Amino acid sequence: MEFLQPADLREVLETKAAHPEAVPIFGGTDVMVDLNFDRERPGAVLDLTRVPEIREWSRKDRRLRVGAGVTYTRAITELGGLLPGLAMASRTVGSPQIRNRGTIGGNLGSASPAGDALPPLYASDAGIEVASVRGVRMVPVEEFITGPRTNALRPDELITAFMIPEARGPQQYAKIGPRNAMVIAVCSLGLALHPESRAVGACIGSAGPTPIRPHEAEGFIEGVIEEHGLWESRSEIPASALERFGALVAEAAKPIDDVRGTASYRRHAVGVLARRTLTWAWDEYRRDAG
Amino acid sequence: MTQAPIRERAVTPDGIGESVGRPDGVPKVKGEFEYSSDLHVDGMLWGATLRSPHPHASIHSIDTSETGTMTGVFAVLTHEDVPGRKVYGMEIPDQPVLAWEKVRYQGEAVALVAADHPETARRALEKIRVDYEVLDPVTDAEAAMAEDAPRLHLSGNVLRRVDVGHGDPGATAEVVVEGEYEVGMQDQAFLGPESGLAIPHGEGGVDLYISTQWLHVDQDQVAESLGLPPEMVRLTLSGVGGAFGGREDLSMQIHACMLALHTSRPVKMVYGREESFYGHVHRHPAKMRYEHGATRDGQLVYVRANLLFDGGAYASSSNAVCLNAATFACGPYDVPNAQIESHMLYTNNPPCGAMRGFGAVQVCFAHEAQMDKLAEKLGMDSVEIRMKNAIEPGMKFPFGQEVPYPAPVREILERVRAMPLPQERESMGRDLRELPGGVSNTTHGEGVRRGVGYAVGFKNIGFSAGFDDYSTARVSLSVEDGKPVARVLTAAAEVGQGLVMVQAQIARTELGVENVVVETADTRIGSAGSTSASRQTYVTGAAVKEACEKVRERVFDLAREEFGESDGLAIEDGNVVSDGLVVAPLAEVLGDAEISETVEFHHRATHPLDENGQGDAHLQFAFAAHRAVVEVDTELGLARVVEVATAQDVGKIINPLALEGQIEGGIAQGLGLALMEEIQIDDGRIQNASFTDYLIPTILDMPPVKIEILELADPEAPYGLKGVGEPPTIASTPAIVAALRDATDRDLARIPVRPEHIVGLEVKP
Ligand SMILES: Cc1cc2nc3c(=O)[nH]c(=O)nc-3n(C[C@H](O)[C@H](O)[C@H](O)COP(=O)(O)OP(=O)(O)OC[C@H]3O[C@@H](n4cnc5c(N)ncnc54)[C@H](O)[C@@H]3O)c2cc1C
Repeated sequence: MEFLQPADLREVLETKAAHPEAVPIFGGTDVMVDLNFDRERPGAVLDLTRVPEIREWSRKDRRLRVGAGVTYTRAITELGGLLPGLAMASRTVGSPQIRNRGTIGGNLGSASPAGDALPPLYASDAGIEVASVRGVRMVPVEEFITGPRTNALRPDELITAFMIPEARGPQQYAKIGPRNAMVIAVCSLGLALHPESRAVGACIGSAGPTPIRPHEAEGFIEGVIEEHGLWESRSEIPASALERFGALVAEAAKPIDDVRGTASYRRHAVGVLARRTLTWAWDEYRRDAG
Repeated sequence: MTQAPIRERAVTPDGIGESVGRPDGVPKVKGEFEYSSDLHVDGMLWGATLRSPHPHASIHSIDTSETGTMTGVFAVLTHEDVPGRKVYGMEIPDQPVLAWEKVRYQGEAVALVAADHPETARRALEKIRVDYEVLDPVTDAEAAMAEDAPRLHLSGNVLRRVDVGHGDPGATAEVVVEGEYEVGMQDQAFLGPESGLAIPHGEGGVDLYISTQWLHVDQDQVAESLGLPPEMVRLTLSGVGGAFGGREDLSMQIHACMLALHTSRPVKMVYGREESFYGHVHRHPAKMRYEHGATRDGQLVYVRANLLFDGGAYASSSNAVCLNAATFACGPYDVPNAQIESHMLYTNNPPCGAMRGFGAVQVCFAHEAQMDKLAEKLGMDSVEIRMKNAIEPGMKFPFGQEVPYPAPVREILERVRAMPLPQERESMGRDLRELPGGVSNTTHGEGVRRGVGYAVGFKNIGFSAGFDDYSTARVSLSVEDGKPVARVLTAAAEVGQGLVMVQAQIARTELGVENVVVETADTRIGSAGSTSASRQTYVTGAAVKEACEKVRERVFDLAREEFGESDGLAIEDGNVVSDGLVVAPLAEVLGDAEISETVEFHHRATHPLDENGQGDAHLQFAFAAHRAVVEVDTELGLARVVEVATAQDVGKIINPLALEGQIEGGIAQGLGLALMEEIQIDDGRIQNASFTDYLIPTILDMPPVKIEILELADPEAPYGLKGVGEPPTIASTPAIVAALRDATDRDLARIPVRPEHIVGLEVKP
């Protein structure tokens, strides 16, 4: 097995173009598991850890460019204030060791429906920066993830970063697992309030082939908030609307039965999580007024 | 929050009663301990196993021609190459060393390869062509009982049946409760995979370095299948990474030895994690139907139970599990009339066998649920009803044996009840780590309800039903570098439980010497029996103690020879003393002499059950009671165990810290069975052969444990001690489930309890 270790962005893109079959590796927390289980025997592995553009994050005009190689630990410690939903999701990932090595770019690369970093990216309409020797393109995350374990990358492309607006309102992430750490999501929910654009972003994790934006539920609750002028008044969302929001989210899920949980439980649980996370986010929005 | 067990000042430093630390503790934490998977010798080959992908199939042919010619491959072996007995098994040798004609479970070993690199070995396996004809698998014990079920073994599908009949089979009662209970397949989930190193020793035999629970039962089976006399197969215990019953049966032992003898090279085998799930037996899944009858004031009148265990494809220790379950089916209660049927079936599921609690775990879940049901129906307190029916010394168990002293069932229940409950606090606004779901942020207090549950359980210590259970110990005493040193040799397996400390503690206390070397266990000495049934501290402890006593007598003989007759001889602080006055330093008494004594300790004989399931089947009984406090998010079905309190009678505390470790570890395993641990099988195939999906509790799932220890000496046992390893695992599970029921008002008749059960969603059939 060849181990390719380019030092800068240009070189890494050229290497990928020359070795399209090379498997990119950053934290290796998915790649090494695949190698260990003999699920994959790549001819070459392409190490991305030396490339500054992939490692770093920056902020401009209240938008963030976060390098694909930012780890969960860094998302918690460095981005916790700017991307609270992503930080909450990061806190639920694996164990300290995994959070120290695992990256959000790797989560996008693996494109598991259970990837914990994905719902927060969906809920804030992140764009994925994809680069090759042919140039850079920006793909909305919802289009980037194309199916279970598949994404829109072409053979010569790499994920260099994702672009995301910094939080202007409260965000939440909640994840169901039968134990309190080191668990793959049975299902999860990411939620973000966007008061400036008067929008509510939500995303169901691990209850469908990909993360799912429950567009109808989002539209419904945005309508309720508009109708009652709640963005301005910051009054409570009526309980019946919270219930309905939960029910619509549950309806949007496309869960299956597997070893981790049943379809009916997943559907039920994402509904409960949707109602609860919206309640918490809205309570925070109301408190922030004071 | 853990309350240190009561301790007594020992006479000898680091002797009996002291919290002597593990000699391998620091190396293990630092990653320097050598487990059997770390063994290495120059020039060794790597063995690998081809396993059946099918739970049930006929084998028409095995073609190894392509593999044999690969570079780096030194051997490809099949059933034809087994030199001796082609089957093995502890109780019934029914399991092929390598399958021929048929495979009976997914993962059954079919062929072996030795190569110069593990990867080469793995690739070589892919080149072996096995022509299978896939057969319908029998995947559930009930189906296996059917008249027209395929016969999986010549003897039929019934592996064992034990009936216990006691009192009046037609007894009736004023109040009756019924229930059906189910236990999923738990795994021992030890962290050190099956592994070992076989080295041909040049005289036609082989040396095997191995992690196991019982060197001699391995030795006998390996020798038998190699066609060698036992003394040609020498076993040495290697570093064991946990066992819990899963290392009682053979895994790679015969295979590595076959490959080593065939290639005349050392051969190492290490299972991967996934392979490990196929490489050892699991805890028997059970379906249990119960009926309890009682008087209106809560006195038990009768218990009827039908127990159905899935033994999987091969016998392993299913016989003994079936018997244990039958004898413990009623719980530690005075039951005047009992009708118990315990059935053990062969299926095409993975073989099941020994696991901590050994048949007592499954029935305890059921009988304790029944006691709560009865209490509820009668409007009685759940502890009261247990105390009212608690068994006492002098009474008879339903299987006819008299209850020996001590049997403090009532006392331990009183103790757990008396311990203060953790304070109940407002759930809203707590730190997430103190809520169900933890930092996964699923509740901020919404839907959270608290529940409290109690359970009591018991189990036999030592091997039962007529088995000649014994241990052999050699203790030597001599002067090394001017200091008296005792050496202890046994073949008893240290699997993490702390027997190495216990052996040294006994020698220090009995011989009054500071320096004790516990030698690596091997087969140079006679059998120590198995490290299971919570028996080693009792049985090997007794052998070491007796050997020490004999050595001590010989020291006194020497002292009398050299220094004249004297009374009241003892060894204290490195001196031989007479009535408290120093006769001479021990080193001086010993001089150049090496005193060595070997003792075989056999415990009191036990007896098989008769056809009515009656007999003095068990040696010793150990009891533990648990109280669990849980908090449940009733809307999401997530639970957090807040605290477990326990009271256990141990007879005598040998090592307080090690005891605490056994209790907390046992409760963790009990919690795992209550809430998450299950090997999921679909059509005979394991669905979750990894630690990604076979979940065991983490430190964030484990609550603080309050411990109260009783020391009621068993007059027959060394120091009065009782085995301590298994009781913590038995009643902890039902206590947690009782607490869940208390919080949710749901039946929860199946473990592990899943979130969908707690929220009451339809569960897939
Ligand atoms: C014990 C354990 C626990 C875990 N727990 C969780 C959990 O709770 N939640 C969760 O979501 N995940 C979990 N994971 C999975 C894993 O940690 C995450 O998916 C992580 O985000 C992967 O990041 P990485 O940098 O390690 O990726 P790698 O393993 O380096 O790569 C993952 C995939 O992405 C590709 N890739 C990586 N970087 C790029 C790039 N820049 N461009 C193109 N392709 C790229 C790789 O080729 C590979 O296909 C766990 C893994 C382990 C081993």
